[in-house]
Amino acid sequence: MVPCHEILDEEEVKSLLERYGIEKEQLPKIKVKDPVIKEIKAQVGDVIKITRKSATAGEANIYRLVIG
Amino acid sequence: MIDKQAMESRIESLPLPKKIRSAMLAELLEMELTEEEFEDVIRLTLKRYNESRIPPYEAAGVVTAQSIGEPGTQMTMRTFHYAGVAEINVTLGLPRIIELLDARKNPSTPSMTIYLKEEYANDRERSSDVAWNIESTYLHHVGDITTNISDMEITVNLDEKALEMRKMRPEEVAMAIEEEIGLPVELLDHRLRTAPEEVSYRGLLQLAKKIRNVKLKGVDEIKRVVIRRENDEYIFYTEGSALSKVLQIEGVDPTRTRTNNILEMAEVLGIEAARQSIIDEIMGTLREQGLDVDIRHIMLVADIMTCDGEVKQIGRHGISGEKASVLARAAFEITVNNLLESSVRGEVDELDGVTENVIVGQPVKLGTGSVKLIAKSEMGGMNHG
Repeated sequence: MVPCHEILDEEEVKSLLERYGIEKEQLPKIKVKDPVIKEIKAQVGDVIKITRKSATAGEANIYRLVIG
Repeated sequence: MIDKQAMESRIESLPLPKKIRSAMLAELLEMELTEEEFEDVIRLTLKRYNESRIPPYEAAGVVTAQSIGEPGTQMTMRTFHYAGVAEINVTLGLPRIIELLDARKNPSTPSMTIYLKEEYANDRERSSDVAWNIESTYLHHVGDITTNISDMEITVNLDEKALEMRKMRPEEVAMAIEEEIGLPVELLDHRLRTAPEEVSYRGLLQLAKKIRNVKLKGVDEIKRVVIRRENDEYIFYTEGSALSKVLQIEGVDPTRTRTNNILEMAEVLGIEAARQSIIDEIMGTLREQGLDVDIRHIMLVADIMTCDGEVKQIGRHGISGEKASVLARAAFEITVNNLLESSVRGEVDELDGVTENVIVGQPVKLGTGSVKLIAKSEMGGMNHG
């Protein structure tokens, strides 16, 4: 049920935001108290890369910003 | 002919979803193509793919709303229904869809689907042991409780078969009762005897009531477990839901086990699992009614409901109530209150959305309405049109 969550490093975040031409705050959010975030020990402000299994695309990456 | 490896890496590098890439690869490996033909295929695939993508400024949400709304009119209004072969009562049809979109805290019929770890899933004996650890067992399930008024005592005749099935010994039952009521329990073969401290009729009846509901085994919330064999493994369907407790039970596969309570999913497994279960639950409900709605619409709904990191309902306390535009909110529900509160706060409506522009009678900024043409006039200046 739970897809893979990874923390992106500084560099990757920058290229991600550039690719879409958006600010960090425009990403979908994930709470810092989310069980998965607690598990991977991400901090508020980190960007999480989620690799979902998708019914339409096979596999899809989406990104969420950790918020308080 | 181009070699296999070059083909693979070329396809992998294409800006296409994984599903299309692997389908392409499988097809193309079969054919013997020249490099030129191969590039042609790629060019055409990319072209077709881009044509099939949703164009910018397409009103995806409106299409979704209609695609779910129309089949919704054909759904049964009947609340209760026995789902499939499992004799567990679950809410289906329109009431279930409404419940899901409203993100209710407690669904009217909580239910879990429990998968087992490999070493348990195929073993009839071991899987039923796990089931007994999940289903809550009370004393009245394993024995007859009689109130003996002449001797002022309570006797329990334990059912040997019921105990054996649950792998429990009479001594354990006696211990459990003693612990719960704090009175000594006498055990004779399969018969338990106990009496209230103070000899009174009322005390006896109260004790009988208490004893009846002594929990012996299992998870409180799970009232019933139905075992079914599906795709070569045993799966449990339950009445009642307690995800975090069930996940800790030996033999349960925590990666696949789920509950139909979306908020419980979000709490225990995180927002991504909640999103996935919104999709699964809505699709399942629609499919059960014989309705075929494209999964992309449901995905959009689930994305919107979970994009803030918590499960929000579609409705005046959720998505629609958080719209930036005053007019869009007023057009949805509780019009007067919305207008009043917004005016007190001095809100400004930028007229960016669809609803607002329909209200004021302007072209909606969608599709062809989204572009502004700027024409150079012959005089040299610019005219906005």
